[in-house]
Amino acid sequence: MTEDLQFDSAGRLRHLLTIEGLKRQTVTDILDTAESFISVGEREIKKVPLLRGKTVVNMFFEASTRTRTTFEIAAKRLSADVINFNIGASSTNKGETLLDTVNNLEAMHTDLFVVRHINSGAAYLVAKHVPPHVAIVNAGDGRHAHPTQALLDAFTIRHYKKDFTRLKIAIVGDILHSRVARSLIHVLGILGVPEIRVIAPKTLLPMNVEKLGVHAYHNMYEGLEDVDAVVMLRLQRERMLGALIPSEQEYFNLFGLTEEKLGVAKDDAIIMHPGPMNRGLEIDSSVADSERAVILPQVSNGIAVRMAVMAMVMGNQAQAGERKA
Amino acid sequence: MSLAIVNGHLLDPSHDVDTKRDLFIDDDGFVVAVGMAPDGFQADKTLDVSGKIVCPGLVDLRARPREPGLEYKATIESETAAAVSAGITTMVCPPDTMPVIDTPAMAQMIQHRAWRFGMTFIHPLGALTRELAGTQLADMEALDEAGCVGFSNALQPLTDTLVLRRAMEYAASFDYTVFLHSEDPWLQADGCVHEGEVGTRLGLTGIPEAAETVAVARDLALIEQTSVRAHFCQLSSARAIDMIREAQDRGLAVSADTTAHHLHLTEHDIGFFNTQCHVRPPLRSQRDRDALRSALKEGVVSAICSDHQPHEADAKLAPFSISEPGVSGLETLLPLTLKLVDEGSIDLTQAIALLTSEPANIISVDTGHLGEGATADICIFDPEVIWTLTDEYFVSRGHNSPFIGWEFRGQVTHTLVGGRLVFER
Repeated sequence: MTEDLQFDSAGRLRHLLTIEGLKRQTVTDILDTAESFISVGEREIKKVPLLRGKTVVNMFFEASTRTRTTFEIAAKRLSADVINFNIGASSTNKGETLLDTVNNLEAMHTDLFVVRHINSGAAYLVAKHVPPHVAIVNAGDGRHAHPTQALLDAFTIRHYKKDFTRLKIAIVGDILHSRVARSLIHVLGILGVPEIRVIAPKTLLPMNVEKLGVHAYHNMYEGLEDVDAVVMLRLQRERMLGALIPSEQEYFNLFGLTEEKLGVAKDDAIIMHPGPMNRGLEIDSSVADSERAVILPQVSNGIAVRMAVMAMVMGNQAQAGERKA
Repeated sequence: MSLAIVNGHLLDPSHDVDTKRDLFIDDDGFVVAVGMAPDGFQADKTLDVSGKIVCPGLVDLRARPREPGLEYKATIESETAAAVSAGITTMVCPPDTMPVIDTPAMAQMIQHRAWRFGMTFIHPLGALTRELAGTQLADMEALDEAGCVGFSNALQPLTDTLVLRRAMEYAASFDYTVFLHSEDPWLQADGCVHEGEVGTRLGLTGIPEAAETVAVARDLALIEQTSVRAHFCQLSSARAIDMIREAQDRGLAVSADTTAHHLHLTEHDIGFFNTQCHVRPPLRSQRDRDALRSALKEGVVSAICSDHQPHEADAKLAPFSISEPGVSGLETLLPLTLKLVDEGSIDLTQAIALLTSEPANIISVDTGHLGEGATADICIFDPEVIWTLTDEYFVSRGHNSPFIGWEFRGQVTHTLVGGRLVFER
């Protein structure tokens, strides 16, 4: 089966498709490498030559601004040549299949694809059908996974909290539709976080969510009690239409993060959000702009983490290629 | 051509025969004697099948040959050839062809095409409502006259309960059987997997068990009201099985089938987005699979079908939720059923009954048994051959199977339709 698709025969990461199944050491290696790249962004010449001569294609079948931009900046800081393809989900409906699109771009000698797609499993499908020297990084597939987001969240948490093994972390909001939540739950579990909580009404929680290793809460005051970090998720405004929540007001009253609700968390709890934020819907502006909010550092960390991931999968691909030659 | 099949082990569940016995078939394709040749019988040909099991040809209650409408996936010619290679001599085609089987001409055309190739018989199910649109009844009497063995709205939901009630009443007036695919379309929504652990992990939209149970409950209430004879197609959940059992205990005329793949796979077989496991209804939990197996043993579920849905390769080369559901199942129907015997879920006689006499009873077609006077639709298989399913193995145009790589014991060696040897391995 495809379980081992993201590892080569020596157990090294050759694609990053999901967090599930990664070893703690691999995750830590990525975070440590990212640490070393933080300084690159602070230099006058913001480049290292690790991917010089390599072609990276950002293949986005779903709209994205910050993820695509941070991948682009990350690839450029690694000295790669970067091409952006913004292929709206609609153009795949015009007849060309996902694999046809990939094959066409692959024929242009691409070395690494960064793939975002509206359907869960799309990155797996692509990874299964590219030649062995091509690496795939999943930039979000449907509701399934967003591994680089989870890694940058873990990086941010490590920066502020150091030791994962004593933390209580709450993820709040639309877990059901969130690939960020699924990947984050996996990475926190791998890093040894003893208590991961999800807070949402049952309509926004997937069935059997406890099987992912989390505790489910439906009340913010209970769920946020004593936590070290709060991860707020974006709520799509159209969720009212599917009868998942009654109204924005009711949602904000019950699950919006306010100073008052945050009062039950630890005093030094950090607040995170993968963006883009809906102020006044899932988070109050005063909280979003407070000192505890680390939402902007998340974005800068995202570049370093994505550099680390691309450098790692391309490095492993290169070694595989040399062995073959 | 008259034929003697000798030295085989005859397994004919409807006549309680399970012993070494010879079969004699006359020029017209009927069984003339079992055991001893009648006086003066001269066989033009003798098949010595020692070590093999001789049983009635298999009856598959649901298989889509894709013709008419989707000939790029498969044709009646290709799929009836695949069927006989798997011992299947009768198959039932749901009415959701394109165009829909809602006129006698369509019903006759499909049977005629199958007859022309001379392999497996195809019996159509007629549409319950015109164009399966769920508003007007189809001409059931004319369709029955044209050879339809029952009526169904296939996978199109019949949401208007008044239309469903009328359809059942009308069918009951003429003693027709209604075939139901019970799934609540709102709860099914745009789901593609069982709503459970695996769907949650993979971020795939789930179809809750309640999509099935809500619809089964509604259908049972109307069956009770109208006294129609009804058959539930491809039940997937343990709770739905409980509901059918309870209805049967109360004396309602309801039967049920399930598919060979639901008896072997669970949601966990999806692994990381294996689109070959994208089927409808979805593969459910281990508990559900076990309940389906017990239901076979108890007789609550009385037929195993292939739910054959051959696809071109591209149909499965897509992200899971937009890949096309279905398994190319003809050629694994008998092997997967024999595996249930090896795994101790049912005994061999029952296994063969679930593939022959029981489904034949459900469609009231005179096949699935091998007594004197029966049509010589026969499947002969070697119960000891061990083989592995590969991509090259398929006779069907569809190679879409989650069972490629599986090892099986037991393989069809000869198939006879109406006394003619149409397949030999």
